[in-house]
Amino acid sequence: MFSRLSRWTLALPVALALALSGCGSGAPAASTSAGSAAAGEGAKEVTVFAAASLTGTFTELGKAFEAAHPGTAVKLNFGSSATLAQQIVQGAPADVFASASPATMKTVADASLASSPTTFVRNKLRIAVPADNPAGVDELKDLADPAVKVALCAEQVPCGAAARKALDAARLKVTPVTLEQDVKATLTKVELGEVDAALVYATDVIAAAGKVKGVAFPEADQAINDYPIATLAEAPAGPLAQRFVDLVLSQQGRDVLAKAGFEAP
Amino acid sequence: MTLEARVVVSRPAFRLDLALRAGPGEVVALLGPNGAGKTTALRALAGLTAMTGGQITLDGQPLHALPPEERPVGMVFQDYLLFPHLSALDNVAFGPRCQGVPKAEARRAAAALLHRVGLADHAAARPRQLSGGQAQRVALARALAVRPRLLLLDEPLAALDAHTRLEIRSHLRRHLEDFDGATVLVTHDPLDAMVLADRLIVIENGGIVQEGSPSEVARRPRTDYVARLVGLNLYRAVAEGARVKVGELLFSTSDRLEGAAFVAFPPAAVALYRSRPDGSPRNLWQARIEGIERHGDNVRVHLDGPITAFADITPAALADLDLTPGQQIWASVKATETHAYPA
Amino acid sequence: MAASDRVEPVSPRLARSDRASGRLPWMLVLPALAGLAFLVLPLAGLLIRAPWPTLVRRLAEPQVLEALRLSLVCATVATAVCLLLGVPLAWLLARVDFPARRVVRALVTVPLVLPPVVGGVALLLVLGRRGLVGQWLEASFGVSLPFTTAGVIVAEAFVAMPFLVVSVEGALRAADQRFEEAAATLGASRWTAFRRVTLPLIMPGVVAGAVLCWARALGEFGATITFAGNFPGTTRTMPLAVYLALETEPEAAIVLSLVLLAVSVVILASLRDRWVSAA
Repeated sequence: MFSRLSRWTLALPVALALALSGCGSGAPAASTSAGSAAAGEGAKEVTVFAAASLTGTFTELGKAFEAAHPGTAVKLNFGSSATLAQQIVQGAPADVFASASPATMKTVADASLASSPTTFVRNKLRIAVPADNPAGVDELKDLADPAVKVALCAEQVPCGAAARKALDAARLKVTPVTLEQDVKATLTKVELGEVDAALVYATDVIAAAGKVKGVAFPEADQAINDYPIATLAEAPAGPLAQRFVDLVLSQQGRDVLAKAGFEAP
Repeated sequence: MTLEARVVVSRPAFRLDLALRAGPGEVVALLGPNGAGKTTALRALAGLTAMTGGQITLDGQPLHALPPEERPVGMVFQDYLLFPHLSALDNVAFGPRCQGVPKAEARRAAAALLHRVGLADHAAARPRQLSGGQAQRVALARALAVRPRLLLLDEPLAALDAHTRLEIRSHLRRHLEDFDGATVLVTHDPLDAMVLADRLIVIENGGIVQEGSPSEVARRPRTDYVARLVGLNLYRAVAEGARVKVGELLFSTSDRLEGAAFVAFPPAAVALYRSRPDGSPRNLWQARIEGIERHGDNVRVHLDGPITAFADITPAALADLDLTPGQQIWASVKATETHAYPA
Repeated sequence: MAASDRVEPVSPRLARSDRASGRLPWMLVLPALAGLAFLVLPLAGLLIRAPWPTLVRRLAEPQVLEALRLSLVCATVATAVCLLLGVPLAWLLARVDFPARRVVRALVTVPLVLPPVVGGVALLLVLGRRGLVGQWLEASFGVSLPFTTAGVIVAEAFVAMPFLVVSVEGALRAADQRFEEAAATLGASRWTAFRRVTLPLIMPGVVAGAVLCWARALGEFGATITFAGNFPGTTRTMPLAVYLALETEPEAAIVLSLVLLAVSVVILASLRDRWVSAA
């Protein structure tokens, strides 16, 4: 009897820990080592929190920044904009926040942590279909066909909100088979051929060129997504943070972003 | 119900090879030191250890190709292995249930068997609530419940304390007398073997070294191990009529034979002297005391010299002789108690 | 063990101390308390930040109950699937000597090591619409697992099964195999011996494994959202709902987490009472 009880008392906390683990997994951990840099002019490190859709472009811009400012290092933390915003509000030591939606930037600004956000690019939705386009999707209303399996982003994340806006504008009722937690996951479902179509950003279609095909549609203009960028009030890197934002807004920055499929604001 | 078997089990550093036979109602004991291969032989008979050679037949029917569950065998394990999650009754009913007997009927038969072994009151008890002796009896009932034609007992009394052992030994003997199949039991205790078995097979290093009725084995041991078990001094000798020669020593015996022989005498037949006694030089030798220890009510003196021997003397004699280890003394043994038999 | 001449079959019991009252060894007690705090404090964090005033209103939302019901059903069915497949697998690993057994044993624990999202992708590659097996399933039976409740169960079973297998295999190895031999001499086939002797003997290990398995399935997120997607009513389990709520309403996420925790604690505790009193 004793041993059985003790076995249970062991199992219980484990079960709790496991149940809890479900709540936090999936989101990348906030970079903690970034806080080690001291504030002030001595800082040689810029920590940038950027939306996952900026992964390719900001990695390139980060390298350009390091080349232009010898001795400095750019630390990049990519993730869902909402998660990043939460991390910043909870005190993550970031210098720059580049978000995929004004709403998530507002979360940070409302906490008086972001100063004067600027829209630096816009992203339009595209219909992504597998390379062989098995369902023959070539316009938005094809998604309303019940025989077509559709993946959308959940409305809680920016690409989902944009998709809802576009579908509402087209007065279409689409029943997706899944509401994915971010745009990359949505795109993966198309790449693997699990769905016939998904609404993702133009940049994602370009990034996955070869594996998926993009279909432009006029209603996309009703759901243009603005990307705001801002230095953060408690930026440990101080003036370096503004210089990184300047690079993103420069012609060099625009060229890099345009190449990836972003449109100028 | 006659068992006829030749059991061969070869392992890298060990080879068991023995032929054995047990008739209906006969109890054969495999006696031997630890590691001799007794338990391996028993497990091979049950089908739990694969044989590398030989065959087993029961009433002419070959068993060795059958898996254990299809052999008409009942086995009592050394630590009984009663199923801890089942009551005594369900332990006994387990075998019949496996043979397809309906539950109610199996339990009735089990209850009858428990009654027979005197445990009717403990039918509902779990094994952990039983004493060692009770558990042994449940294990016996469980093995008998499958109506085996061959009963195997592995050290059936080894796990019991001395007092319980006495009681269970006679109890077990009664049940073995009632059992009409062949029985093979394994033990390292000569007393268990003598009391329970009709015939002894002594095994050393995987082979049979001696076989016979308990009294024969007890009177005429053929190895040091058996001699030690039955408490005799044993020597290889050459016989010439009523005289036998052990090395340089000459013994007179009551038996007459020629050629290679064994000589045996009990330690109590050895007399010790401080100085050379008068009379016949036969059966007399000079020895050195190696050690002295208590042995039951007597004292056992370990002797070295032309032959090593044990001598049992009374504590009073020890005091009279004032013996100490290392001392040189004279030893003799009476011809009437010196027993010689062909090697 | 020493006091008894019979062998205890089940895994070693904690020795009951007969010593009157010794001082507790601080070398053990201090780390133990620190460990407990480490595990329990995050829970306290959730409780402190929980939006108590709006709690009841939030709980009454139909999506919450829907997600909770789905979570409980899927975790329970996934545990049943794991028992059905995992106990025989554990038996195979513990009792049957076959070549490459060590490799197979290591493979069984792969889902423990694999990031669940990767596990989900792997499941898609095999059971997805264009997967090796999935293709055939759809062509032959018209069955497609992704984006269905069955898909959630598959994902949860995949991630949780190692907990059961490892636990049951350990119990099997600790159990005295000679009980199976005793059963064999009594005429029991290996299947009967397993069912009537081995299984009852290892039951504590099976139950402990099933509890771990159920708990892991209940909290499963990554493989589920990747393989089965996320749609209210069919595949959105509590952890998925919690994750999405975190995107917009962290307070709602806390409420959902607390519901999940409370329900699992109640179920595990009541299960324990029943099990212990039955023993």
